Amino acid sequence: MWRWFHKLGSPKWFYAISGRLLPWFSVAALLLLVIGTVWALLIAPADYQQGNSYRIIYIHVPAAFLAQSGYLLMAVAGAVGLIWKMKLADVVAKSCAPIGASFTLLALITGAVWGKPTWGAWWVWDARLTSMLVLLFLYLGVVALQSAFTDRNQAARASALLALVGLVNIPIIKYSVEWWNTLHQPASLSLTQRPSMPAEMWVPLLIMVVGFYCFFAAVLMMRARVELLERERRTGWVKEIIREN
Amino acid sequence: MQFADFSEFIAMGGHGLYVWVAYGVAVLVFAFNLVTPMLKRRRFFVEQARQLRREELHASDS
Amino acid sequence: MTAQINAVQQSVDKSGIFCAMIRRDMTAAFRHPSDLVNPLIFFVVVVTLFPLAVSPDSTFLRDIAPGVLWVSALLATLLSLDMLFQSDFQDGTLEQMLLSPQPLYSAILAKVATHWLLSGLPLTLLSPLLAMMLFLPADGMQALLLTLLLGTPVLSFIGAIGSALTVGLRKTGLLLSLLVLPLYIPVLIFASGAVQAAAAGLPIVGHLALLGAILALTVVLAPLAIVTALRISLSG
Repeated sequence: MWRWFHKLGSPKWFYAISGRLLPWFSVAALLLLVIGTVWALLIAPADYQQGNSYRIIYIHVPAAFLAQSGYLLMAVAGAVGLIWKMKLADVVAKSCAPIGASFTLLALITGAVWGKPTWGAWWVWDARLTSMLVLLFLYLGVVALQSAFTDRNQAARASALLALVGLVNIPIIKYSVEWWNTLHQPASLSLTQRPSMPAEMWVPLLIMVVGFYCFFAAVLMMRARVELLERERRTGWVKEIIREN
Repeated sequence: MQFADFSEFIAMGGHGLYVWVAYGVAVLVFAFNLVTPMLKRRRFFVEQARQLRREELHASDS
Repeated sequence: MTAQINAVQQSVDKSGIFCAMIRRDMTAAFRHPSDLVNPLIFFVVVVTLFPLAVSPDSTFLRDIAPGVLWVSALLATLLSLDMLFQSDFQDGTLEQMLLSPQPLYSAILAKVATHWLLSGLPLTLLSPLLAMMLFLPADGMQALLLTLLLGTPVLSFIGAIGSALTVGLRKTGLLLSLLVLPLYIPVLIFASGAVQAAAAGLPIVGHLALLGAILALTVVLAPLAIVTALRISLSG
């Protein structure tokens, strides 16, 4: 079992395996996203309350999921790297950060854009959008801390600790923002009305969510591979790869 | 199909601006996430090829 | 300085470390009294900016007083975080502390306690004066004092985590703010909410209990994060 765990931490093994997995995830992502988008824009019926602006849900919800899972993965990978000093875990954590941050931004922008036809304002301080904004700040903090250190390993350990501190704080922040929100906007509508969605509406949503996750996996692998190449550029197996190119 | 023709599709029942801005930003985010690692990879190989050439030159000098 | 540290190292008793560290940090801090007064002046100035920038109308100021007072106290605390580790890092004392066999937990607890005594507590004591300038009613003022008393130690602890992470870096000011401010948000929400509720005549026992719980959680967990962060920062 520990041998498997150790093998998992080997950069060369990860590079090889991700090389074989990448095309599968890319094709899956492309297919699911295309099918999902076509279904979302053309086939799914419009919401009788919100009309066609409802179609933004097919971007907003998957992006929000990715934003949160991305942070969780970043923190867990950081913890693994911090505790077991696994270089690969550090690389995964570092690669997660910009991807997760960009999807948080996407969730925020789509949420705001959705708010305009629904509630008449370009921004609303509702609990979910505000929590997502704070999540973006947490991401940006990790990215900023990463780039502030010159030593790669030190940077990885510091941002791992920050990500973990952020992770512990996220439930507290969410609870406090929701509490604050009920105080100031008692009659606020939730942006997504989950229970009352017929199959023609939630099936494309599911397809989009899975498509987004496949895209995340593919892009994460791409980033991690380049990061690994840079870190291990003095080793034999990387020199082989350089020579092949 | 929910829309009778293409112009109706673009208009999205009056919400066209919002829907297309949202989907447009999504395309940008996807593009950013795809292109940045690809550029980094290319830059890495170009840089390393240069390094390799430099090292081989020095080896042949000494 | 080294002789003092050696004296600290020689005492094995945990409370000995705690008291010795507090005594040492206090003496060091009072050598530069201007550093202690600056955050307080900042607090007063920032609060003054709001009536100047918007409106001196008493009903308006009364409404925004809880938020303005808490945000200003928060920003002032942020400014004062420098004193925690910076000078010790620069003269090598911090490294000595990490290498010493004495329990680091007590030393860190003492440092954060000193920081609170020198920044959080003065801010709390100064707040009624500013609350009066913003027309906060008496009920609100009592709540303000209680929430600051419970909240500023949390700010010191969380700030210490950020400070420990950035101690070896250049231009830490803005980075520190970016790291620490999102983590301050729950305290801000509950404390400011409590003061607003109290000013409206509502009970705030629940708010205070929440703040107390956050304080308890922070006192237990934060020192672990601070120690880890210091080890990471000094390993470069």
